[in-house]
Amino acid sequence: MKAFKQAFSVARKDLALELRTKESVNAAGAFSIAILILFSFAFDPFSEAIHELAAGLLWLTFAFAGALVFNRGFARELPNECLDTLLASPLAPSSLLIGKAIGVFFLLLLVEVVSLFVFGVFYNIRWWLHPGELALTCALASWGIAITGSVFGALTVNLRLRELMLPVIIYPLLVPLLVGAIEMTNALLGNQPFTSYEWLWAKVLIVFDIVFTSLAIALAETILVN
Amino acid sequence: MTAAIEIAHIWKYYGDYPALRDCTLSVAEGSCCALLGRNGAGKTTLLRILAGLSHFQRGTVRLFGTAPRTGETRRRTGFLGHGIGVYEDLSARENLQFFARIADVPNARGVVSGWLERVGLERVADMPVRQFSRGMRQRLALARTFLHAPNVLLLDEPFTSLDDRAIHMLSQLLVEARARQATIILSTHQLREAMAIASHVALIENGRLRFSGERTQAMLDDPALLYRLHAEPGAA
Amino acid sequence: MREKLTIALAAAGGLLLVYDLYQIFLVLPDEAMQGPIYRILFFHVPAAIVGMVGYFVALVLSVLYLSSKDLKWDSLAASVVEVSLVFSLVNIVSGSIWARVIWGIWWTWDARLTSALVGILIFLAYLMLRRAIDEPTQRGRLSAALCIFGCVDEVIVWKSIEWFRTQHPGPVLSIRTGGGHMDPAMERIFYLNFLAILLIATALVLIRTRQEATTREIDSLRRLAHAM
Repeated sequence: MKAFKQAFSVARKDLALELRTKESVNAAGAFSIAILILFSFAFDPFSEAIHELAAGLLWLTFAFAGALVFNRGFARELPNECLDTLLASPLAPSSLLIGKAIGVFFLLLLVEVVSLFVFGVFYNIRWWLHPGELALTCALASWGIAITGSVFGALTVNLRLRELMLPVIIYPLLVPLLVGAIEMTNALLGNQPFTSYEWLWAKVLIVFDIVFTSLAIALAETILVN
Repeated sequence: MTAAIEIAHIWKYYGDYPALRDCTLSVAEGSCCALLGRNGAGKTTLLRILAGLSHFQRGTVRLFGTAPRTGETRRRTGFLGHGIGVYEDLSARENLQFFARIADVPNARGVVSGWLERVGLERVADMPVRQFSRGMRQRLALARTFLHAPNVLLLDEPFTSLDDRAIHMLSQLLVEARARQATIILSTHQLREAMAIASHVALIENGRLRFSGERTQAMLDDPALLYRLHAEPGAA
Repeated sequence: MREKLTIALAAAGGLLLVYDLYQIFLVLPDEAMQGPIYRILFFHVPAAIVGMVGYFVALVLSVLYLSSKDLKWDSLAASVVEVSLVFSLVNIVSGSIWARVIWGIWWTWDARLTSALVGILIFLAYLMLRRAIDEPTQRGRLSAALCIFGCVDEVIVWKSIEWFRTQHPGPVLSIRTGGGHMDPAMERIFYLNFLAILLIATALVLIRTRQEATTREIDSLRRLAHAM
């Protein structure tokens, strides 16, 4: 319970900082919109084919925009040696990691909502027909991206090649998560409710989230303390 | 008096460089030990090990009988490193409230207001730290370090670049801390200030502990005495 | 002792490989359906198994490192990953050649192919991470963490994509099928070749570990020189 309270304090602090500076949300939002515009030149935005590509396009955009968000997560703790201060404080390293992931999670959801609106306008796709299932998909996949991003953001925070190493490590690990999110979103954008096939993918996402979160908690001390 | 901090035969390597070589030091509860030595001698490394920020390869370290890095040890410890450890884009109050929350300080709101007043930042409490002068930041860092009433204080060169007001404030805080039996280890270059506050001194040279013992009147009269007596020949 | 073991393993593996090559190319007949190209199977499947098993051996070694902080486990894990990567590459390259002949395409997004590729990407990242860190204990700690995440992820990829799409041929060995899919003469050579490849892989791991140990020894001698 106390661990949760500490994690929420970290998340609250991160969100407060982000609200004030808007550094990563602005970058990620602008990036996603730019990508969505560029894709409209790559494919005919009003052809039928776009319906088949749309889900993949959306999740690739979210995954790459996500990098701009979770890259900042631990980098934010470097000035003034805040990371050392946190690690020497009574805060548990696992609470720090989970708190970071919670912060990243909400920022990712924000970027996703904005992108979805832009996407609907540009591509004439009605994505709001199954809001419950869409929310579930976004929540499950975003938590997976957030926890993976935070773990490896922490792991690479002291490396010379931090910004280069992070995507190289993260994207192969995110393959099952992104495949699942794309498959689920595919059905929703085609105005189909979830069948047993999509629910199977939902289970994969749930397993991914649970396993990665448990590993993150178990390995937090190993990853963060030198 | 019991020993609050026990360091026995520790070795610490950075890559292939031994930063600490067979250091043994014991600090009694309620005493204030000044760690002296030149840049790169190993003072910071020793403090980081005590704060649980750094592992070491050989030897043992105990703070009140428990290893560094346990939750209990960290709850008892206040650490002030080279960085001030506060967030530029939060206000002074938000910073202190955040650190109070993660340290589980009871009555956080009142304690934070008390500290803001104590370090003379109550009028700028809601301004972001980004707009603070250097002196104000340092006072905020002091408040952050003492916020959860730690009974072990690990201060890495706390006097460096402090203005007069902050030096006075820190000296006052350290005297109060000792009055409530807190144990203090601080590293410093400022011999005069250190000698005035310290009850004990330890001299580190090249990762080796050259001397440790009580601060004598002779050291107070002639702060450089220790270096002349115990420094590695030729290192000066 | 260890050196002799390495030489013995390598020699045994090498001799066995020569015998297998003779059998595979000069004795065994072409397969009825696939023609000569089926011979790739003798290398493709053992390489896949050695690669995959290697990652999970590295997982065990990483956990051992984290619990003991003994750098010996870390160097062993790194050597195993390196050798496994080589065999994984042999696996997908040989598979691609086979696919080009039988399916007419170099690559398909099938369960086994995808998980093999994801595994290679994850463990390439593992080796890149090792190169990016100079301090040995930090390197051991962080790469062990990545290895644990990587292996778990590999299981999830494998399990999830399996019922997503599969085009890859099913099991043919009699231990998986109960017999009848493969000619016993071919199967005998298959197991012999698997053994040869396993021996060579083990010898390679031993050589790499020895190099790592030498590096560590030089490192500690340098430390000692500093301490004096």
